[in-house]
Amino acid sequence: MTVTTDAVALGEWVACGWPGKVPVGGHWDTVILGQQVRATRTAADSYEVFTLDRTGTPGRQLPVQSRYCCIFTTLSEPKRPLPEISEFAEPDRRLVNSGCVGVNTSPYRLIENFLDMAHFPFVHTDILGAEEQTEVASYKVEHRKEVDEIWATDCQFFQPAASKAATGGQMTKYVYRIMSPFSIMLYKTVHGDPGRNDAICLFIQPRDETDCLAYMPMALVDAVSTTESMIDFQQTIFLQDRVILENQRPALMPLDLTAEIPTKADVGSVTFRRWLKQSGIWFGTSEKAAA
Amino acid sequence: MALKLYDYTLSGSCYKVRLLLGFLELTYTREQVDFYPGRRHKSLDFLAINPLGQLPVLEDGDLRLRDAQAILCHLANKYDKTGKWLPRDPATFGTVMMWLMFAGGEIMAASAARLHDLLGYDLDIAAARNSAHAAFRILDDHLALREIAGAQWIAGDHPTVADVACYPYVALAGDGGIGHEDYPALRNWLRVFRTIPHFDPMSGIPEFA
Ligand SMILES: N[C@@H](CCC(=O)N[C@@H](CS)C(=O)NCC(=O)O)C(=O)O
Ligand SMILES: [Fe+2]
Repeated sequence: MTVTTDAVALGEWVACGWPGKVPVGGHWDTVILGQQVRATRTAADSYEVFTLDRTGTPGRQLPVQSRYCCIFTTLSEPKRPLPEISEFAEPDRRLVNSGCVGVNTSPYRLIENFLDMAHFPFVHTDILGAEEQTEVASYKVEHRKEVDEIWATDCQFFQPAASKAATGGQMTKYVYRIMSPFSIMLYKTVHGDPGRNDAICLFIQPRDETDCLAYMPMALVDAVSTTESMIDFQQTIFLQDRVILENQRPALMPLDLTAEIPTKADVGSVTFRRWLKQSGIWFGTSEKAAA
Repeated sequence: MALKLYDYTLSGSCYKVRLLLGFLELTYTREQVDFYPGRRHKSLDFLAINPLGQLPVLEDGDLRLRDAQAILCHLANKYDKTGKWLPRDPATFGTVMMWLMFAGGEIMAASAARLHDLLGYDLDIAAARNSAHAAFRILDDHLALREIAGAQWIAGDHPTVADVACYPYVALAGDGGIGHEDYPALRNWLRVFRTIPHFDPMSGIPEFA
């Protein structure tokens, strides 16, 4: 494994763990973008991250931020800050950390699956979708240039059990937000409180081009469910996705838009792939490095 | 009767017990344990329940049992009035026990591979996958001979606790990067297993085996 030379990928914040993963004084070793790193918990709320060379000797110190139930770091000068997700600061929110799950595919396959409502009835049958209601109504997608994010709005889908709090089916409204090549989130109608939205994130730690860890922190409006059951709900769904994701071929994301013929519901993914291509990123894609 | 299962949904060992509870149509309460990321199965509270720090644990009234295989035998012994899930006839009993031990032993290499790939457990993944393949080869050979003899199940002419104990980590092997391509008899058995009344699938088991 070698560190990527993709300057676009190197200039992103990436998750590399979560607060409380080890006791104070403890550390864990992991890999981001092919680079071995060591994260140390120096105090209750303080973490340091260093690169490690092949012999395991610490090299340079990397920037660290602890937000949204994740520890983030970056290997270069980040070209954008971490996104602002105000829901995580609302006092009545339940912040749920589900840890991370390994997935052998490209980071963008994970983003695309998260963005795709069409798979709900088939992959998350009787939970996020029902076999008799498979249609994806048209929705809007825009590139918000001031923040360089992609937003999909006016999305909706019928869901038999939209969340752990759900007691029956509902038409769930969704807004999706792609915040970087390695992060996406969604806002979805809270069961029983249509005026508010649950916020669910997917932060990807690309260890290598087709070797990722997926973190799914959530800020939920739910005064009733146990933390165990909220984690369980999310992990159960994600493991259903994981089987599909690991079987997608090619694992590297094709950015040649003729390679996989998109359907109408795929307007989100077409916009995403175009945006990736324009960014010049090639890590995790079938495009070859320009150099 | 009050049955309580200390459970983690994504645990294949807990799934063994949930499957049989379902097949026997038994009602039970679940105590969800935050196995990951919380590692609550290693907390002092849980070690008082199971000093091995492992799931599943079943409470049946005052009786508290660990080990999925032991729990399967207990449930079948006490609640299956047909006697089919745990056959007592001398021609089948030993074979059922043999494959039951195999499920708690050799097949668990597939569980280790899954924990590595899914939850980042630090272990020798190549060794785990090799051991799992070796175990699958042995079970596939057995099932191939059973097919030739006109049988579908591990022992006898109906499913037993041996099938229930072997099923989860064979079915979930893909989660640990272990394919079923080389095991045609195993694939056939995985398919018939799903036809058992009250079968419930689990995340990670491919629909089209
Ligand atoms: N022999 C036990 C093993 C069960 C087992 O490995 N359980 C896993 C969860 S799937 C566990 O609790 N592992 C924690 C550990 O072994 O430390 C059984 O068959 O029930
Ligand atoms: Fe999904």
